[in-house]
Amino acid sequence: MAAVRCIDVCKTYLQGNQEIRALDHLSIEIEAGGFVCLSSPSGGGKTTLLNAIGGLDRPDSGEVWIEDQRIDTMGKSELADLRLRKIGFVFQAYNLIPVLTARENVEFVMQVQGRKAAERRERSTELLEEVGLAGLEDRRPAQMSGGQQQRVAVARAIVSRPTLVLADEPTANLDSKTSDGLMDLFEELNTKHETTFVIATHDQRVMAHVPRLVRMLDGRIVDDIEQHAA
Amino acid sequence: MNTLRVLLMLAWRNLWRNHRRTFIMLAAISVGVWAMIFMTALTQGMVNDMVNDGISALPGHVQVHHPAYRDDPNVNNLIATPDTEISARFGAAGFRQWASRVKVPAVIASEREARGVTLLGIDPDRERGLTFIVDDRVEGRFLDGVSDTGIVIGRKLANTLETDVGKRVVIMSQDPNNDIAERGFRVAGVFDANMPSFEENYVFAGKQTVQKLLKIGQRVTEIVVLGDDYRDVDGLYRKVEELVDEDVIVNRWFELDTYLGTMLRVMDGFVLVWVVVIFLALSFGLVNTLVMAVFERVREIGLMMALGMKPSSIRGQILIESMLLLVIGLAIGNVLAVASIEPLRSGIDLSIVAEGMAMMGAASVLYPQLRMEDVVLANVVVLILGFFASLSPAWRASRLEPIEAITRVD
Repeated sequence: MAAVRCIDVCKTYLQGNQEIRALDHLSIEIEAGGFVCLSSPSGGGKTTLLNAIGGLDRPDSGEVWIEDQRIDTMGKSELADLRLRKIGFVFQAYNLIPVLTARENVEFVMQVQGRKAAERRERSTELLEEVGLAGLEDRRPAQMSGGQQQRVAVARAIVSRPTLVLADEPTANLDSKTSDGLMDLFEELNTKHETTFVIATHDQRVMAHVPRLVRMLDGRIVDDIEQHAA
Repeated sequence: MNTLRVLLMLAWRNLWRNHRRTFIMLAAISVGVWAMIFMTALTQGMVNDMVNDGISALPGHVQVHHPAYRDDPNVNNLIATPDTEISARFGAAGFRQWASRVKVPAVIASEREARGVTLLGIDPDRERGLTFIVDDRVEGRFLDGVSDTGIVIGRKLANTLETDVGKRVVIMSQDPNNDIAERGFRVAGVFDANMPSFEENYVFAGKQTVQKLLKIGQRVTEIVVLGDDYRDVDGLYRKVEELVDEDVIVNRWFELDTYLGTMLRVMDGFVLVWVVVIFLALSFGLVNTLVMAVFERVREIGLMMALGMKPSSIRGQILIESMLLLVIGLAIGNVLAVASIEPLRSGIDLSIVAEGMAMMGAASVLYPQLRMEDVVLANVVVLILGFFASLSPAWRASRLEPIEAITRVD
């Protein structure tokens, strides 16, 4: 079964008086365990597509399926629940809850899921170490750099082992070394746990890294390449 | 359970994010609650005083009369049961205090003046707590017993009659045969009362002396009973009803003194109005604070929703935050109120405005009365109405679209 299926999805925004076709009859299918990179010039629709897949944005028409569930018709609570159980998010910016420490931010999703404290602690320690933030567990977002915040967000997105991770420019604020480390981590999760990754990015290094690269322009897919990275 | 813990933590931390705003709001709630409780305690103290004064001015909590007596308080409308029988029944019932009286209209005359008064034949030992007469405010002496041949009158009346302790006056009334009953008395005592009208209207004599004067044998016109709480006299009322015969009527104090009874109800209503008005003023601040808090946090609320927090949890978070604010404010307000009422327990001296207070039937020393019911009322009103006031900001927060919230540029 496909992890994600979009069928003939359209989404139009009004920007001032101008209508912007963010998604134009777009169809895409992403296999479970896939690792897909969406790339487009800004305004090309990759973030919109990512949001539609994550149930954050409702398309004007078409269908969006996550595994066997059609999500474009779901209610808000149902969608929230789906995101909680299955999807990990990394957003472009402002990712963290300001009143929570790094560790609490990472544990947040698990806590809402109702996982046990010991398990949460173990997982968050492990993940923070993995993203290179050991020792910063008790800092609040305001006390961390943009890159560090982004890494906390990444740790949070994958900590509860979602089946699907949606990341919008996850490496935007990271130096190349951390960014490589992050991609390695994604890859490892992808192969080990069969987690599906959909990443929207400008980053050439990321694009080079992924098995499948989808190029978009004006809300349409213009290129869908299976590539065999190293 | 887990979600609740997260919500509590988030609400608590968010509360202290903007210290200054939270402190200002807490100050507003505390002062508001303090004002609710403190003013209510003062009002209740005043009401309490007025009611107790009123009750001690003869009505007691429950009274028994001949059915026609209240409309026509004359000597023919006597209670049929003889006093000895009444004594036997009421004495065994274990009331806090009770008394039987002869109370009839009469004329009192000195050598210079005559006045219409109410003559009370009493048993002085039984009247403690039932009359406004306080021993240390009697010049001369109060009555010795039921067969005392002296008479005790008020200061004002003594002045009008130009008489004094030790002088003689004549009391005239009617006996049941419509014949004049009259008798000379020596003034044994002159009393001072809070209410000038009491000093003018009431004249006290021994019960048996008056019974003899009126030729009514062992009969009386009223039985008065005092219970423990003037707010709760229904039990007392039923108990008295069981004790008396069918041919009498039993009344509660607020039926006898309708002015006082109405006042008590009005004041109770006033307390509620006062509490609600203060709350309304508070609620503007509260709602404003919450709306601001939601407005400032649009983005992170969106983020939490994107991460899988349900709208209902977002709502819960805002509501919990509001409730925390209210509970802390209430706690401080309650402590303030108790702390400021406690030192005033011995009374607030209002002698500067004593005359005005006396006109209202209140004493010149005000004893604030902190009643548990009023404290509970203030707290419950704030919590319940506070909850409802918070619903709209909370609802607004939960209606945010995660994507719009996250991408909102501010």
